[in-house]
Amino acid sequence: MIEIKNISKSFGDRKIIDDVSFNFYPGKTNLMIGESGCGKTTILKLMVGLHALDEGHILYSGADFPILAPKAKQEVRKKIGMLFQAGALFDSQTLEENVGFPLDMFTHLTKAEKLDRVNFCLSRVKLEGKNKLYPSELSGGMKKRASLARAIANNPRYLFCDEPNSGLDPKTSIVIDELIQDITKEYNITTVVITHDMNSVLQIGENIMFIYEGKNWWTGTKDEILKTDNKELYNFVFASEFMQHVFKAAKS
Amino acid sequence: MTLFFHIGRYFMLLFRVFSKPEKFSVYWRQIVYEINSLGIGSLSIVCIISIFMGGVITIQAAFGFSSPWIPLYAVGYTTRESMLLEFCPTIVSLILAGKIGSNIASEVGAMRITEQIDALEIMGVNSASYLILPKILASIIINPFLIAISMFLGLLGGYLMGISSGACTSYEYIFGIQAMFEPWKLYYSFTKVIVFAFIITSVASYFGYYTTGGALEVGKSSTRAVVIASVLILIFNLILTQLFLAR
Repeated sequence: MIEIKNISKSFGDRKIIDDVSFNFYPGKTNLMIGESGCGKTTILKLMVGLHALDEGHILYSGADFPILAPKAKQEVRKKIGMLFQAGALFDSQTLEENVGFPLDMFTHLTKAEKLDRVNFCLSRVKLEGKNKLYPSELSGGMKKRASLARAIANNPRYLFCDEPNSGLDPKTSIVIDELIQDITKEYNITTVVITHDMNSVLQIGENIMFIYEGKNWWTGTKDEILKTDNKELYNFVFASEFMQHVFKAAKS
Repeated sequence: MTLFFHIGRYFMLLFRVFSKPEKFSVYWRQIVYEINSLGIGSLSIVCIISIFMGGVITIQAAFGFSSPWIPLYAVGYTTRESMLLEFCPTIVSLILAGKIGSNIASEVGAMRITEQIDALEIMGVNSASYLILPKILASIIINPFLIAISMFLGLLGGYLMGISSGACTSYEYIFGIQAMFEPWKLYYSFTKVIVFAFIITSVASYFGYYTTGGALEVGKSSTRAVVIASVLILIFNLILTQLFLAR
C-alpha cells in the first residue's frame, strides 16, 4: 500500500500541489484523474522521487520514502515498475534487452532464465516474437505494451502508469487497460494510473482521486462518479455530449 | 554566479558517476560498447586528419628551412616534434571533442527529454554512473590508441609528402624523425590525451544530462558541450605544457 499524507509542492511562487492525502491500495487500480496541468504528473513524480517534496509524507508499506537513506530508497525503487507516457524505452536496445534490463541489473538469473522471463513478459503484453525489434520499429501502442512488459519484468510491488492511453485508438486503449487491471489483480500490485481517458475511468477505476487546482477534490469509485453531484468533477468527466448521455442513463 | 553553479553541479555529478556500480558485468558490457561506438567509430576521421596534417607540416617545414645552413633532416625532426607534442594529442582531441562531444551530449540529452533517464532512476539504477562512467572509461582507454595511430599516420603522411614533393629524401626524413628523440615526451603527450579524453566525455555528458526542454535544447546542449570542452582542452593544454616542459 502507498499512502500520501498532506503532500505539497511549489515551483517558485506557484503552489502546484496543496496538502494532498490519499491511500493507494494493493490489488486495486488506483486512478488519479484531473484536467491537464492540475498536478497529477507532479504527484506521480513526487511519489517516485523524481521531485523533492516540500511538505508531507509518502509511505511505501509504512516506510517514509522521501526521508529514507539512499540505499533504502534504492531498495524501494527496485520494487517499482513504471509505464511512461511515451514508453521511455532505451533506443539503443532491442525489445528483449529493454525488458531484460532490470533483470540484468538486479538479479543473478542465468541467460536462459532471463530469456524465459523476458518471453513471458512479452507474451503477457501480447508482443511475443518481437524480441529483436528496436523501439523505433514499434507503433505507439506497442511501445506502451513494451514499456509495461519492462515495468513488470522484475515482479514489482508498485506499478505507476502515466497516461497509458494517451495517443492510442479506443481498441488498443482497452487492451492496455485490461492488461493493467489483470496484472494488478494477478500479482496483488499497488497500481497507480494517471489518466484523462473517461473510458478507462469507467472501466478500471476502483479507487479514484480527482485532482483539481492541486488539491484532492474528490475520491470514490467508478460507480460513484456516475452519480456525482460535485460540480467540478461533473464538468470534467461529463464534458462531452456522449458522457452526458451516459450520466443521464446512469441516473435514470 | 552561473559559472560557480555549473562547476558545483559538474563536480556533484562526477561524485555520482564515480560511486560504486550496481553490477560490474553490465558496466563492463557498456564499456566495450562505448569503446566501439566512441573509439572505433572515430578511427576513420582520425586517420584522414592525421595523414593530411603530417603532409602539411612537412611541406611547411621544408618551406621554412630553405636556408642551406639547415640540414634537410630537420624537416623530419620538425614534423615529429609537431605531431607528437601538439598536433596529435591536442588538435586531434579538439576534433574528437567535436565528434564525440556532440555525440555524447545529444545522446544523453535525448535520453533525458524522452524520460529514459527518469526510467533508470525509478528502477533504482544510478543513471549518472550507468550512462557516464562507461563513456569516460572507454574514452580514456581507447583515445591513447587513437592518438598513437594518429602519430604513426601523421609521420607516414609527412614521409609520403616529403618524398613525393622532393622536400627531402627518404633517408633524411627517417633520420630526422629519429634524431634527438626523448621518450619522456610521449608521457607528456599521452598524459594530455588522457586528460583531454576525460574532459571531452565528462563535460559533454554533463551538458547532456542536465538538458531540459525539447529537441532545440538538445541541440543547444550539444553545441555548448563542444565549445566548453574545446576551451577546457586549450586551457589544460597550456597548464600541462607549463608543468611538463617549462624549464
